[in-house]
Order: sequence, then C-alpha cells, then structure tokens
Amino acid sequence: MTSRSPSLAPEDCPVLPRGVRTRFDPVRGIWVLLAPERALKLDPVGTAILAEIDGKRSLAEIIAALAAKFDAPVEQIARDAGAFLAGLAERRMLEVKR
Amino acid sequence: MPSDVETATGTSGATPRIAPPIAMLAELTHRCPLSCPYCSNPLELAAREAELSAAQWARVFREAARLGVLQLHLSGGEPASRRDLEDIVAAAHDADLYTNLITSGIGLTERRLKELERRGLDHIQLSIQGVDPESADEIGGYRGGHARKMQVAEWVRRIGFPLTLNAVMHRRNLGRLPETIELALRLGARRIEVATVQFHGWATTNREALMPTREQADRAREIVGEARVRLRGELVIDYVPADYHARYPKPCMGGWGSTGFNVAPDGTVLPCHAAQTIKGLSFDRVQDRSLADIWENGAAFTAFRGTDWMQEPCRSCDRRHLDFGGCRCQAMALAGDPAATDPVCSKSPHRAQIAAIVEARPGDSAAELIRRASPA
Repeated sequence: MTSRSPSLAPEDCPVLPRGVRTRFDPVRGIWVLLAPERALKLDPVGTAILAEIDGKRSLAEIIAALAAKFDAPVEQIARDAGAFLAGLAERRMLEVKR
Repeated sequence: MPSDVETATGTSGATPRIAPPIAMLAELTHRCPLSCPYCSNPLELAAREAELSAAQWARVFREAARLGVLQLHLSGGEPASRRDLEDIVAAAHDADLYTNLITSGIGLTERRLKELERRGLDHIQLSIQGVDPESADEIGGYRGGHARKMQVAEWVRRIGFPLTLNAVMHRRNLGRLPETIELALRLGARRIEVATVQFHGWATTNREALMPTREQADRAREIVGEARVRLRGELVIDYVPADYHARYPKPCMGGWGSTGFNVAPDGTVLPCHAAQTIKGLSFDRVQDRSLADIWENGAAFTAFRGTDWMQEPCRSCDRRHLDFGGCRCQAMALAGDPAATDPVCSKSPHRAQIAAIVEARPGDSAAELIRRASPA
C-alpha cells in the first residue's frame, strides 16, 4: 500500500514512483530529477538524499546512513531530508510505502 | 506550453554562453482527427508530405540531447496519427530524453500503448474537451471522442504510465471546473493542467465565443486555490489563468529563447508555437543548420532573447525579469508590434483595447464555433 501523505514518518519507506528518476546531466555537470513535465536541478544535498532511496530502507535508516556518511548531526539531516522529501511528495514526485 | 521547467542554469567559464534549452516540443504532424475551435497550430498547416521522417527526428533528438535538452514533448496535431510513432519514441528513449506524449488519445489502442511502454515512453498527457460526452464531443468535433478518451485513460492506468490530464477551459466549460478536477482524480491522474484558452491562431477566430467572463475567471482562481489545498499530495494542479483578465502578462516560454523551443512538422525551429505569426522573423530548419547553431545564433531566437529589445514601459520595469514583457505573439497580434509590452499588462498603453474585448463579447454563450479542417 502506498500513501501520498506529504509528511513522512521515520518508519515510512520513500520511493520514486514510475516516471520519476534522477540522472547526471553531462551538459550542465549536475544531477537532475526528471518527472512528468518537470526537471529539477539537484544540489549536492538533494543528490545525496535521493541516492539513498532504494525503495527498501525507511526514512530513519536513510537519515542514519547520511549522518554517518557526512559526519553530521542526525537531527540536522532529519530536518533537511524530511523537508526535501515532503516537498517532493507534495508534488507527486515521491511516494511512501507503509 | 506544457513544459514547466524550474531550473535555468548558466554555464560556467570565461566566455559567456547562451544557457542551453531544457525542453523541446516536437510537433510530429499537424494531422488530427479533432477540430477544436481553439487549436494552437498555425493557420497554415503542414501537409503530410512535408513531415520529417522518423530517421530525421532521431537525428534531431540526438542533437537536442547533446545541446542540453532533458525533456521531450511529442505533440502535434495528434502524434498517434503517425504510424511510426513507436519508432520515434524509441529514438527519443535512445537519445536519453525524458519522453512525454501529448495526445488526444484518438488513434491509440491498448496494443499501441503497450508497445510505447516497451519502447521507453515515460509519461502521457491526455487532453479532454469536457466532462461528459455531449459537451466534449461538441467542442472536439469528433463523435465518440470522449468515450474513447475514457477508455484510453483506463488502459494508461492499467499499464501504469504516469498520467496528466490537460483541460483547456473557456467560456463554455469553466462552469464545470470542479467536475473537471474530480474527473482527473477518478482517472488516477497525478497532475491536471487547467489551461484557460490562449488566443492565438485559430482560437482568435472564436474569441467571441470562448472568452471567459470576468466572473468565470475570478471563480476559477478560487476553485483552483481551494482544490490545491484540499488535494495536496494527491493531485498537482497547474493553472494557466485567463490572461486578458490579469494585471500582468504571463512569462511566456519562461523568457524567449531561454528554456525551450518547438520543432514544427516540416523541421522549422520555433522559439514558441505561434512565433510564425510575427512578421519579419526568419526561421531556420533542422535540415539546413545544426540545432545548437539555431538555438544560439538563429535570427528568430536572438530577436527577443534577454531584455535589450525592450521598449518602455518594459525597459525600466521592475517586473521585466519576471514576465519578460509577456507574450511577443500577443504584442504582435494586438499592438501590431512584437517588441511592444504585451497589451494584457496593466502598464501597456493598449490595455484599454483588452478591456474592450473582455467586456464586448456577446451576451449569449451560444455564439457559433468555427472549425478548422485537418490537412490531408
């Protein structure tokens, strides 16, 4: 069962739905998120967050992985990643498996 | 314009370069089974014999990807009128472009949709002309069209393509905007484009019959605002308001020659779909010149790029980087000068003309619609 509630709980498992994907843009030298009628430029933080999404791990597990990788406080990563992913969910570019 | 691209990146380096385009709209054909009274194709339609071949499109897609295009919109006319649509989609996929099919649904079968999936199509944008067969088929001019679209939407849902519903709204159907949004939900669409009719090309012929009333335009804004809150995270609503009723013009194409371009069925490269209505502009074709050269140096693209071409009141206006002076084609059509401020702007000296058009439409909504014929 997937839900589209814009705010994500720690146990939610975020997943990019069909028709939404990241790719490297060799012309601009950046990662982009491609979705129906949208192309979003990703900054290094957004790129790192989306790289962790595999449709298997929960938001809490993803946050822990990012905190370890960047040696940053879990609270800060939780805030940044939570807001970023909720923004995508609001625009139907992200779904969560519960 | 279907594409709403939110990034516009310059390139780094010592020499300033033109930022690359993000989106390309490929008009595969002008042929179409429908005859909508607001058709956005030019008054003079390209014949079938003039259409680029699938192999030519494949070459153009590769050039576009090298230039920086990320999103490709396959449009028309009705793109499914081309029997080689499947090959064209495969070529787009091979060029690594995100590929969107903009269709009326007429000409698509479940088998064709499955083949398009296999060839790498990413997304489908399906147009509707109304919420019930009677009114929708009257606008589309194709009996059975609405029922067929509902069937196509069901196949799309079953296959799993992400779906956007496109609804052109005007005087005759704006009263049913809430039902239109409900239909998008019922069909499982992720997005709906609520696009108030734009008066270019054939739509100008029917302006009297299609012009929304001021009350309709105001009410539509409220309905969209309410629905966006209620349906947050469930349905994305892109809204093109009635610009004749607005204070400021729309930021047409996100700025001329800045984010995207169109290629017409015969290979003519256009800064926007109506650019050929601007007298004196000269256009290049993909058969004669590289896409990169056309984008960066083509006369039609450099004509209104940036802000140097602007006159007053645009030139000193704080909003010139927000709306880029509005629509060049509308300035041409209504002020007779493509470098004028878009006359829908409240600062335009021609604004009174717009007000007169909005107020002057006849009192009855049954003004006759004039249809166009499809090319052979």
